[in-house]
Amino acid sequence: MSVAPSEVALPESGERTTPDKPWLTIVWNDPINLMDYVTYVFQTVFGYPKSKATKLMLDVHHKGKAVVAAGARESMEHNAEVLHGYGLWATVSSDS
Amino acid sequence: MDAFRRTSGRGVRARFDAPEAVLLRSLIEQVVDLLTDPDAAPPQQPSQPDEQGGPGTLPERPREALAPGTPEVPTSAELEAMLGMGHSAQAPQDPALARLLPDAYRDDPDAAGEFRRFTEQSLRSAKQESARIVLETLPADGGQVRLSGEQAQSWLRALNDVRLALGVRLGVTEEFEEQWQELDPADPQSAAFEVYAWLGGVQESLVQALT
Repeated sequence: MSVAPSEVALPESGERTTPDKPWLTIVWNDPINLMDYVTYVFQTVFGYPKSKATKLMLDVHHKGKAVVAAGARESMEHNAEVLHGYGLWATVSSDS
Repeated sequence: MDAFRRTSGRGVRARFDAPEAVLLRSLIEQVVDLLTDPDAAPPQQPSQPDEQGGPGTLPERPREALAPGTPEVPTSAELEAMLGMGHSAQAPQDPALARLLPDAYRDDPDAAGEFRRFTEQSLRSAKQESARIVLETLPADGGQVRLSGEQAQSWLRALNDVRLALGVRLGVTEEFEEQWQELDPADPQSAAFEVYAWLGGVQESLVQALT
C-alpha cells in the first residue's frame, strides 16, 4: 500500500476554488514510544519500506519531529487520526 | 511470560503466567475507565410526547407547527450523537488522557477543536475496542494466548495506550532507567517503574514477532 494520493478537496465556502496547497502530517518525539514500534507503525500505516520508516523514526527521535506525509488537508487529518489510534503524537500543518 | 512468536499464518502466540495476566488485565481495565467519557450523550430514547429535553437538547419541538407526515427534525444533541460528534473541543484535563487523545493542530486551537469534535469519540471507542480484545483473548488466570493478525494489532495498540498512560503518570523521560535507579526499591513508584519496563518488554516482543 503506498501513500494515499492527494485528493482535491471540495472547496469550502469562502475559499478560493483551487486545490489545497500542500498540508503535512508531522510526528513528534516523545519519551514513551519504542523506536521499533514507531518504525513498525510507519510501515503499517503508510506502507513505507523498512528503510524509509526507520529513517523517519530516527528523524523524530533525533530532531524532535519529522514530516511523514504531505498532501491534501483531509488526507493529513485522516493520517493524524490513524496515528493517534497507534498512540503517536501526530499533527497537521500547512506547508508554508 | 513466554515471548511472542509467530504462528503459521499471520498470527502470534505467547504465554503469560497468572500474576502477569492479572496485572495486564487490571491495567487494561484502568485504561478503559480512563477512556470512558463522563459527558457522553446518553443513549438516545425515542421521543415521547411531552418529553422534556435534557441538558444540551433544544427546547421541545413545536409539534403543532409540523404538517402531518413531516419527518421529525432531530435535536442538535441527537444529530451530534448520530454523527459521533462530541461537544468537547478542549483537550482533556487529565494529562494521561490528553496523551491518548492529543491535539491534531499545535498552533491553531480552532482547527484542533474542530478536529477533536469530529474525531474524539470514535478514537475513544476504537481504543476501548482494542482493550476489549485484549481482555477477551488474555485468560484471567494466565496461560496460552493465541492471536490472529488483527487481534495482534489490537494488542499492540492497547499495550501502547497502557504504556502511554502509565508513562505520563510516572513522568518518564528518555532516561527512565536512571529515574528508576534513583528510586528507593521500597518506594511504590519503583514497583510502578518495574511494571512500565515490563510492559515495554511485552510490547517489544510483540513488535518483533510481527516484523
